Amino acid sequence: MSDEVQIDQEVYDRLIAEGKSERIARAKAKAASVRKAKIAEGQTLGPRPADQAAKALSDYRESAGGGGGVATKTAAPAEAGGAAGGRLTPEQRAARVAASLGNGGKEPASIGVPTSGAHTHRLLALVPPAGIQQVQGKQQDKVYTWPHLLLVEFVALLAVGSLLLIVSFFLDAPLGSLANPNDVPAINKAPWYFMGLQELLAYFHPMVAGITMPGVAVVLLMAAPYIDKNPSAKPENRKVANMAFTFFVVFWAVLVIIGSFLRGAGYEWVWPWVDGLGFTL
Amino acid sequence: MPKLPTFDDVKGNVQDNVIWKSIFRPGSIYRKGYRDTSRDRALASMNNVLYHLHPVKVKRHGLKLTYTYCLGGLSFFLFVLLTITGIFLMFFYTPAAGAGSEIAYANMREISASITFGNLVRNLHRWGAHAMVFTVFLHMARVFYHGAYKPPREFNWVVGVILLLLTLLLSFTGYLLPWDQLALWAVTVGTNMMGFTPVFGDQVQFVLLGGVEIGPNTLLRWYVLHVLFIPFITVIFLAVHFWRIRKDGGISGPL
Repeated sequence: MSDEVQIDQEVYDRLIAEGKSERIARAKAKAASVRKAKIAEGQTLGPRPADQAAKALSDYRESAGGGGGVATKTAAPAEAGGAAGGRLTPEQRAARVAASLGNGGKEPASIGVPTSGAHTHRLLALVPPAGIQQVQGKQQDKVYTWPHLLLVEFVALLAVGSLLLIVSFFLDAPLGSLANPNDVPAINKAPWYFMGLQELLAYFHPMVAGITMPGVAVVLLMAAPYIDKNPSAKPENRKVANMAFTFFVVFWAVLVIIGSFLRGAGYEWVWPWVDGLGFTL
Repeated sequence: MPKLPTFDDVKGNVQDNVIWKSIFRPGSIYRKGYRDTSRDRALASMNNVLYHLHPVKVKRHGLKLTYTYCLGGLSFFLFVLLTITGIFLMFFYTPAAGAGSEIAYANMREISASITFGNLVRNLHRWGAHAMVFTVFLHMARVFYHGAYKPPREFNWVVGVILLLLTLLLSFTGYLLPWDQLALWAVTVGTNMMGFTPVFGDQVQFVLLGGVEIGPNTLLRWYVLHVLFIPFITVIFLAVHFWRIRKDGGISGPL
């Protein structure tokens, strides 16, 4: 490699102070010092606007225009032998391009092919700056999925798997007596995740408790990203959203806990330490 | 006496043949010549079926256990575990009920008492189901508190809410299958509520129960919903969910 690029110490210190990682700060400081050197040489930075690029091209053509004689020399055999040797002179190429663009053989303004001059290397096209996609994403600190992420996931999977196995080994799933539609049990409860709805039934008409309220809850939940227009994801900037969601969760959790543990025979309020736990998973 | 081959000789021979190399693509950690280099780490992801789930590189902050707590991944793991244990239970279970032919309940007794590993697998299925409802819920809470549903991830949140509902439905349809008193009356509470759906209440209840009250038809219907229909829908939404995570730029954050 050529000589080491110096890093711009000032920029580096500032980025470190901002809490950027060492790697990113170093890269940005290097870029800053390169930019400085270019400005010192009098170069302009960044993509040039279209009119400047066109001007640079016409300047180039004028400066190369004196070599017209060279072009004629190379053009002569080509005109005589058509595509002899399989190569086109710059004039022929420009004429073909102009013909294919359908502007009557006139020289195209910005196709970027020098029509004269000693340079015969092929330029594919001059891309106007507007056509360049400007990617503005920040460079991110990333690591390889294998092994870093996959190992973490595998350990999590083993941990939960073994926990579940241990629980299943010692704790049997409930199995009551045979279902009998004529034998209404004293304590009749839904699964715990629907206990909130059953608890609402104690206060509201079944249509409100069983259909309207859960329906509204689900629609609100689905609409959350479209209601919450706040672009920030930082907790300190979204206290209202976090409080609303916490309220929502605590509301349901309280209903589930009351319904599961504090309701007994005939869905009457009971204390579990008096009448026992009327609750089965 | 011929020299016995060493372990490394055997390993080399196993790995260095046409069949092994046809199974494990270049970059696989099981293939001969895997080295712990950037190139092979990238290939290990890229040439693996897991590439459907994970990109080659992930944001470093996402590795921190306290960012995601692995909740989404664990929900999926539990889904897979429930599928496996559920298939095992299907071998020994017939969704038939009715006076004189209480096969479903008899099967439950057999699974608990006499089938090898039956009780353990049933326990795994039951506790795993409760755990999955819980992890899916916690996953949703985690995503909310990280503001991870913000653009461009709005729609994936909606898909996630649908998956939560599907999880609840999966669990609830499974609740009836033991056909014991607990199942019958818990499901009665739920289906009575559905009967109060405006306008179509009676029809909704009739379709769900396969009749006017819970009976053998309900058991068969909920069995099919539980083992076939809802898992099928869930897998479709899971595929969309995972695909959108990748397309929306991977895991959210850092905060």
